[in-house]
This record gives sequence, C-alpha cells and structure tokens, in this order.
Amino acid sequence: MAKLELRRVVKRFGDTTVCNGIDLDVEAGQMVCLIGSSGAGKSTLLRCINLLEPIEDGEIFLDGSDISIPGLDPQSVRGRIGMVFQNFNLFPHMTALENAMLAPRRVRGLSRAQLQPEIENLFEKFGLADRMGNYPDQLSGGQQQRVAIVRALAMRPEVMLFDEITSALDPQLVGEVLDVLLLLKQQGMTMVLATHEMGFARQAADKVCFLKDGRIIEEGPPSALFDTPQMDETKAFLSRALK
Amino acid sequence: MTRIFALAAVSCALMATTALADGHCAAGKTMTEGKFTIATGNPAYYPWVMDDAPESGKGFEAAVAYAVAAEMGFAADDVIWVRSSFDEAIQPGAKNFDVNMQQYSITPERDEVVDFSTPYYSAPMAVLVSPGATDTPATLAALKALKWGGVGSTTAVSKLADIVQPDGDVLLYGDNADVNAAMSANQIDAALFDLPTALFLSAVMIEGSKVIGQFPADAGDDLDQFGMLFEEGNPLKTCVDDALAVMTDNGALAAIEAEWLQDTTGVPLIK
Amino acid sequence: MANDEAGGLSRRERYEKQQRRRSSLIAAASTLIVLVALVVLVPMAPGWEKVQKSFFNGAVLAKSFPKLLDAFKINLMIFAWSAPAIAVLGLLIALARDAKSPALFPLRIFGAAFTDVFRGVPVILTVYLIGFGIPGLGLPRPWNSPYIWGSLALILTYSAYVAEIFRAGIDSVHHSQRSAALSLGLSERQVMRDVILPQAVRNVVPSQMNMLIALQKDVSLLSFIGPVEIFRQAGVFKSLLANFTPYVGAAIIFLIVTIPATRYADYLMARQTRERR
Repeated sequence: MAKLELRRVVKRFGDTTVCNGIDLDVEAGQMVCLIGSSGAGKSTLLRCINLLEPIEDGEIFLDGSDISIPGLDPQSVRGRIGMVFQNFNLFPHMTALENAMLAPRRVRGLSRAQLQPEIENLFEKFGLADRMGNYPDQLSGGQQQRVAIVRALAMRPEVMLFDEITSALDPQLVGEVLDVLLLLKQQGMTMVLATHEMGFARQAADKVCFLKDGRIIEEGPPSALFDTPQMDETKAFLSRALK
Repeated sequence: MTRIFALAAVSCALMATTALADGHCAAGKTMTEGKFTIATGNPAYYPWVMDDAPESGKGFEAAVAYAVAAEMGFAADDVIWVRSSFDEAIQPGAKNFDVNMQQYSITPERDEVVDFSTPYYSAPMAVLVSPGATDTPATLAALKALKWGGVGSTTAVSKLADIVQPDGDVLLYGDNADVNAAMSANQIDAALFDLPTALFLSAVMIEGSKVIGQFPADAGDDLDQFGMLFEEGNPLKTCVDDALAVMTDNGALAAIEAEWLQDTTGVPLIK
Repeated sequence: MANDEAGGLSRRERYEKQQRRRSSLIAAASTLIVLVALVVLVPMAPGWEKVQKSFFNGAVLAKSFPKLLDAFKINLMIFAWSAPAIAVLGLLIALARDAKSPALFPLRIFGAAFTDVFRGVPVILTVYLIGFGIPGLGLPRPWNSPYIWGSLALILTYSAYVAEIFRAGIDSVHHSQRSAALSLGLSERQVMRDVILPQAVRNVVPSQMNMLIALQKDVSLLSFIGPVEIFRQAGVFKSLLANFTPYVGAAIIFLIVTIPATRYADYLMARQTRERR
C-alpha cells in the first residue's frame, strides 16, 4: 500500500476538465516531481490532494483510507498533508515565528511555550534562527519561502506538497530553497512537487510524472523519463524545457 | 376748454387705477405700488390664522393685518399674502414682503438686523405640561423639579433659564411638533410657550396636556411682545406704527384680541 | 567631473534645485494673489457690511464661544459611546453577511436587509423615528431618554456603512491567504479570525477614519430630538441674538477637531497606498 494513492481523479472547473482521470502512487519517503507546461493541471492536482478543491470523480487514499469522500471534514486531513505555495502566502501581519506557531496552537491546542523549542529548532535547521522575529516584508523571497516550509512542517505533516515553490524567486535564491527540499528528503519526508526545475527533478526525484491536458502522459524514474522518453509529447516538452 | 376737461378726465381715470391717493403715508413705500404684501408662517397656526387661510381675515394676526391695512388705506383686495420661514426673515438681504407677521418677539438683538413695528400683542409666558404631569401645582418649586423642554429658536429658552431655573438639563427642539412628540414619548414633562401658543397646543396638538399656569406679565425683565417685522430701514414702518397707534387708542386692537384670544383668562398665575 | 562644480552638486541636482525654487515662488505668488483678492474684493461687495455683522461678529462670538464649547462636550460624549458600538455591530453585520453555513441563512438575510434599510434612509429620519418612536411605546424613564435612542439611531445607521467597509476589507485580502491558512488545517472560523480579519481591518482603517469624522458631524442630528449639543446651542444663540455668528463659532470648533482627524486619515491612506506599491 502506497502512502498516497490517486485513482482516476477528475477535476472540472465548469466546462473545463483540469484533471482528467489521474492515477498516481506515492510511496512513503518518496519524492515525486510533476512536470509539464503551465495549465497542464499540476497545481490543481496538488490542491485536490490537500482537499482545497473537491474532486468530481475518483478517489484519493492516504495510508489506505479514502480522504476524498464527499462530506468528510477536510480539516483533519489537511493537518496531515502540508502544502507550500508559489507565492509563499505568509501571513503579513505576523512575524515568522507567529506564522509558524498559529496552526499548531489553534489545531493542536498547544501553548506558545510548549511549541517554542520545537519550532525554534525548525527555524535553526533551515538557517532562519535570526529571522524568527521578522515580519514577512522584512525577509527576502528565499527566506520567506523557507519560513513557509517551516510553517507547514510545524504541523508535523506526513506528506508535503510543493506548488512551484521556486517560480517566484530570483534565480540566485532558488538554490537555498531547493537545499531545504534535499534536507527533507534525507529525513524521509514523503513529497510531491509541481516544478519547472528540471535539473533538480532529475537529480533528486524518485519518480517524475509528465502531465499534459490533465493526464499523466508518462511517468518513471528521472533517468528513464529525461534520457529515454517514450512518448512524443514528452520528447517535445523536454526539448523545449531543457533548451 | 373741452380739451382741458378731457385731460382732467383722463388723469382722473388714471388715478383711479392706483389705489392710493397722493400724499398717503404708504404711497411709494410698498414692494408693489398700491398693494400691501404680508408674510405669514408656512403653515400658519390657530389662533393666529384660522385654517391656514390668512385671506379669510380670521385668526388674531390675520384680523390685525386687515385692520392695519384698512387703517393705512388699503382695500382688503390689495392685501397680498406670502409665506416665509423664520430664518428667511432675519437673514440680511432683500425681502419678498412688506411686513412679516408670525409671532416675532421683539428683542434688541433682532432689532439690529431687521426693523419691528410697535407691539401688536403682549403675550405672557405659560407652562404646558404633559398628560402625566397635569397634577403639578403652579408653584416655582414644583416646576423646577420637572423635566423641561422647549423650542430652541424662541425667547422661551432664556426665560426658562432666568425664571424657572430647572434642576435638570433642558431638552430643546426645532418646532412645536417636535416638542409635542417629545411630550408624547414622555421625554419631557413641561415646556414654556407664550400663552396663546400653549393654549393652542394643549387644545389641538397634545392630547391630555394642560396649561397649568402663566407667569405674571411683569415677570422677568422683558415681556414677550410681538411686532411686525420689516427689512432694516424700511420707510413703511412709520405708516404701520401710526396705524397701530390709532388702533390701540380707539380700542380696535383690544377688540380683535378679545375676539380671537379671549381664552387667555382662566389660567392661574404661578407663585 | 560634474561633482567638482560649486556646492558639490551634480548637474541634475542643480537643475532640480532651480526647478523647486521656481515652483515655490509660483505657489507663493498665486496664493498671495488669491488671498489679496479675498481680503480686498469681498469687503467691496455691497452686502459685505451686513454679512460681516451677521456672520462674523466678534462680540457675538466672544459671548457665545464658551457655551458652545461646553455644548460640544455633549457631542464628544455621544461620539465616545457610539463609535465603539458601531465598530462592534458593523463587524458583526459584516460577518453575518458573509456567513456560509445554511443554518445562518436567516442571519445573512438579516445582515443584507439591515444594511439596505439603514443605508437607504436619511440619518435624520432614523434619528426621528427611533428617537421619538421607541420611547413613544411607553418606556419608563430613564429608558426613554433621547440620548439612548438617538445614539442607537446613529449606531444602526453607521453600522450599516461600517459593515460594508469591513466587507470590502475582507474581500481585499487575497484568496491565497485563505488557501494557505486552510492548508494548515485551520477551521473556517479560525481562518477568518486569525488570518483574514486582522488584515482586513488594517486595510480599511483609513476608510473607517473617514466614517468616524462623518459620525462626529452627524452627532449634531441628535439635536432634533432634544439634546442641547453644539448645533442646537448655536441655534439658540442665533435666535436670541438674531445673528449667525454662533454657527460660525460652532463650525470653527468642529474644524478644530475634524481637520487634524482628516489629515491623519489622509496620511494613513497615503501610507497604505505607498506600502501596496
């Protein structure tokens, strides 16, 4: 049984079908990268897994139990699946530390004092120890994105979803954020990424899926998908993306 | 000779179309030659003007107006009525009336901005109480304890502070109707009006209210005297004053007052 | 090198300095011309003497000013208890209108009806209807006081406006903030309270400041139902002295309070625009 299983997931916005029957298995500790052009359905798929968007058809299993049953309270599931967004989406009225503490305090019912050691530890680990008291607009893009990752980790999720988290960063800041992902992989975090960083996907992913028009066209280990793609669409995309 | 006679006839005919003979006091002093334009309130109230119809000559001020006009040599048909608000009348600038009659109390301050005729009525102040306070004795001590209201634009406000000196804050309103509303809502117990207004309100406007007393006419330093209002410096004032003097001397004014304001008796003096 | 020239200013800096000096001179000159025109021309108008006597009478102002100030305390008092109530009720109405649960549907309808009605009726009518109407039902003293019901009329009317501003503020918070908060496992209610509202409130502070300034002026409408606040006190002086100067005095007192408040609101607004850029 995989950690996360998607079966024939369909998502529509009005007449537009954004995910058109997606099957995907993510094993515990695996890093899966979703690649493909903008509009292929990568981000929407991540939002469906996090239950931010209800799916029209299909099932999503976390540890073997269906989390996509209509009417299920999404709150408990979201605590187990962390998500990080392209534009960081930090809460601008809170310091970095308060951003990270809000959800554990409210959802897990812990006090600031109880949380302090654990969260400070996270900030230290990601090189943000001296930034905890800063507000988001006092931080660089790379720092903000790392705070956003800390914030998601503070809920102790079992799976992490990353939605193009380096796309809004200046090129010289991309590295510091990708390093964080490598660190998480080392620690055995199960991760699904939507990304345009082909080099990173090739180097770090356990599995790469190429999406087009809401379908997974081709999937496999990075060496296979990048070096010997089978499908014409994959070849065309890669030749453009790697140019 | 016949020509001269014809000319005289024509000039006689011409003169007949202007109402006033040469040498008459008001000649050349009214807004419209030969007409006497009088302003009243909008609407005008009993007992000053009956049924809001000043043309009828019924009601105290309407009757005085026609009597003064007649004394000045105007026919009833030459009296033109217009309406005006209080503020319009005391603003600087040109007026749309020769005289304005709507119970204007004569005060030195007002007199600096506009002109007043000699008084045509002297009104004592009276106390109107709400249905819940009709048992209040007519003594100053009892009156002080009441919750007082009044119309903010009248001289009653300063009289209230000078004579009654209420224990609590006074509530003030824009017009009689609002005082009525406040009395109906039991927000005030009593209000100070000139006697005719108080009688009118108790009889017509505020069900169950009562005029429990009047202040002696010499109470306080000044009596509320009503005068006709003119634009500052209007030469017509002397003509109106003359007419009023004649009517005061021959008792005509007193007769009109007796006819329209006779109820002024029967309300006890406040001790 | 341009920097070696006199004063150590660059070519561009010298040019800009010259331009600045020129605009200040022009501004000063045009202001002077307008002032001279006002001071010289207005008194030449034929009615000026009468107007001056009626509206700008020093003796009348001196006589009425202390009492006007005293009456203004009543305005401040009514303002002081109305403003917090308006903030609370306005926020509740805004939240009611955005309530999503079907059980709260009646609340949503109520919120919509409330804002429609109270924004649609002139304040003075609401003051009259509530100020005289509800006490007219037969409430005992002191519960029929015009201060209570007049204030309530202001509170209801202003809450309707304030609620709409709060709603605009809630809408102004980007939906990605909501997504981020939900993805952390927060409930809808927690998202609103901890993430959306604090930002929404901060975004609308300048607009709400303008509402406070408007409220400060509209407190005077309570004079219609009895309280002798500054507008009524000025009216009493006007009738007593047949002179409009007390109104000018009241206007001066209002301006002393509202001009700094208006400037402050504008400053907040400008700062917020700068931050958003």
